[in-house]
Amino acid sequence: MPALGADMESGTLAEWLVKPGDRVKRGDVVAVVETQKGAIEVEIFEEGVISEFVPVGTEVPVGSVLAYVGGGAGPRAAAAPPIPKPPTIPPPKPSAPPLITAAPPSAAAPSAAVKITPVARRRAAELGIDATALKGTGVDGSVTLADVEAAAPAAPPAPAAPKPRAGFDPAEMRKAIAAAMVRAKREIPHYYLSHTIDLGAALAWLEHFNAAQAVPQRLLPAALLLKASALALREVPQLNGTCTDGVFRQGDGIHAGWAISLRGGGLVAPAIRDADQRPLADLMAAMRDLVQRARSGGLRASELSSPTVTVTSLGERGAESVTAIIYPPQVAIIGFGTILTRPWVVDGAVVARPVVTVSLAADHRVTDGHIGARLLSTIEHLLQEPATL
Amino acid sequence: MSEAAATLTYREACKQALRDALKADPRTFLMGEDIGRYGGCYAVTKGLLEEFGEERIRDTPLSESAYVGAGIGAAMAGMRPIVEIMTVNFSLLALDQIVNNAATIPHMSGGQFAVPLVIRIATGGGRRVAAQHSHSLEGWYAHIPGLRVLAPATVEDARWMLAAALVDPNPVLIFEHIMLYNVEAPLDPAVTAVDIAHAKIRRAGSGVTLIGYGNGLVKALAAAEQLAGEGVDAEVIDLRVLRPLDTPTILASVVKTRRVVIVDEGWRSGSLSAEIGMRIAEQGFFDLDAPLRRVCGREVPMPYAPHLEDAALPQPADIAAAARSLVRPT
Repeated sequence: MPALGADMESGTLAEWLVKPGDRVKRGDVVAVVETQKGAIEVEIFEEGVISEFVPVGTEVPVGSVLAYVGGGAGPRAAAAPPIPKPPTIPPPKPSAPPLITAAPPSAAAPSAAVKITPVARRRAAELGIDATALKGTGVDGSVTLADVEAAAPAAPPAPAAPKPRAGFDPAEMRKAIAAAMVRAKREIPHYYLSHTIDLGAALAWLEHFNAAQAVPQRLLPAALLLKASALALREVPQLNGTCTDGVFRQGDGIHAGWAISLRGGGLVAPAIRDADQRPLADLMAAMRDLVQRARSGGLRASELSSPTVTVTSLGERGAESVTAIIYPPQVAIIGFGTILTRPWVVDGAVVARPVVTVSLAADHRVTDGHIGARLLSTIEHLLQEPATL
Repeated sequence: MSEAAATLTYREACKQALRDALKADPRTFLMGEDIGRYGGCYAVTKGLLEEFGEERIRDTPLSESAYVGAGIGAAMAGMRPIVEIMTVNFSLLALDQIVNNAATIPHMSGGQFAVPLVIRIATGGGRRVAAQHSHSLEGWYAHIPGLRVLAPATVEDARWMLAAALVDPNPVLIFEHIMLYNVEAPLDPAVTAVDIAHAKIRRAGSGVTLIGYGNGLVKALAAAEQLAGEGVDAEVIDLRVLRPLDTPTILASVVKTRRVVIVDEGWRSGSLSAEIGMRIAEQGFFDLDAPLRRVCGREVPMPYAPHLEDAALPQPADIAAAARSLVRPT
């Protein structure tokens, strides 16, 4: 609506002289506007296809949209804001009112007209989305949290659900891992700690224990490491749980996700429920069962969605230590490097000892390094008394 | 089990609580208008005079200021008085005693005097007893530092809040809603005490939070049932304690549902619902996904005509409509 005089606040659209979809060019008279000074023709200074007319009889404040002129490619993109309803109180007049002009195609609704709820505004900022460009479905057409989330780049899927028919599709798994890890690195401020632990006592006990067992019942060191981790989490429950929307929820038990690499590539970390309460033999059996089922595609969705923490062990052929990435929405991941023989000081003398480097990556929104260090030192103490595990 | 879990009216629950208190502590006695021979205006104390005698069940002159003042003095002197005020409108005659004495003496005496007084006050509308007996002024008392203000909405709270109130060394006001006295519910025999510090979630939900107390809670629960049939999953918070307000429980629910309807039978302007809404605005603003809504009593002296009284009070349909306008605005 052009300002047809300094004191004009609004005008009433009296007649359209073109039809929606007509091609217009600079200088065309496109509409008649009724003002306090009488009927005035509105000419246009743009070229293109005109559409989305304000209905005849509408009172339109100066500076508001009468119609859109596009490049001729049809209606505007869906994301563009709709024609704003004329407010009852006209907006302030521009300081330098233009001469007769129609609204340029880029004219957006005045920003004050876009209502965004507080939580939607916050979420949009987190996601880097321009909420003012969204269509609102909330109260008074406000942009809601749901509107923002619907516009978010595809959210990372819940921990890869198994395809019951054909086991894991490596390509899909890659996508799921990528989404989860990108989310972790984008949302979770990780902090990292690591600690090297003497495994002499633990391995000696293991050798003694295994000597009395038939081969299928023998324990691997990983079972000790997992059990020690689970027990340590009892002491440091702040690292066992999930964090969603900035709110930490402690796990309803210690359900350790055990990271298993798959032969076709990728990995899964199904949960061993209540890992802290299971005897070692039971834990070992559960680990073997999971590895077998993970590799044959027989995991259950519940196993994949329920871990409250992840434990990864690089095993015999691994590297010395791992700096892991948290699996959202969990808040911690414990990583064990490979067990190596290293010079170690025992009672003032340097001796060769089996050692393992345990690392922790944890969510700094939930805990601080002081808590994390307590976990690692608790794991160390537990592994010095393997018979109690 | 079946015998122990028998149903009980809210009135009977109040009476059992009083009887327990009278039996448990010889310092406890009851004072109020018509509570003895007449058995109480709402029959809560019926039979207690016969059971405990005139020393401990005392009918008083019609002077709220005098007998509430006497209760304050008795409490300061080491007794554990329970004073009944027939209706919250009449409590205004004792406002000076409650606000200027009961609430301030522990502070102004530097802690030398406690005022372990409990005042039971009937409140609320809906019983066709007109504007002298039907208002909801408990929000005014929730404004006063030094008081604890309770609003039992369930039979369980009616049964157990009194004992906790008597333990409090400060004056405690218990507002019993007159529409609840006849409500019947089973009493869980496993529960023998309740706290008087926290709000309670009476119905968990995810779509919208309805906050109420007293009969407003009952109506909010009815609205929630109505909404459930439309696929709207409402969470219902029973405030229980009007002062001090349990803000964390409210804010946690806001984080969960992001939409709030506050139900308050009191008049909207300057009401307790205004305080709750403001706390959400102050502390939970960034968690909101819709404007705050209130369903309050109409700002008129309570009408006597039934249809007008119903129209003046928040009803389940009003609450459901407010919730709907937040969840499904179009």
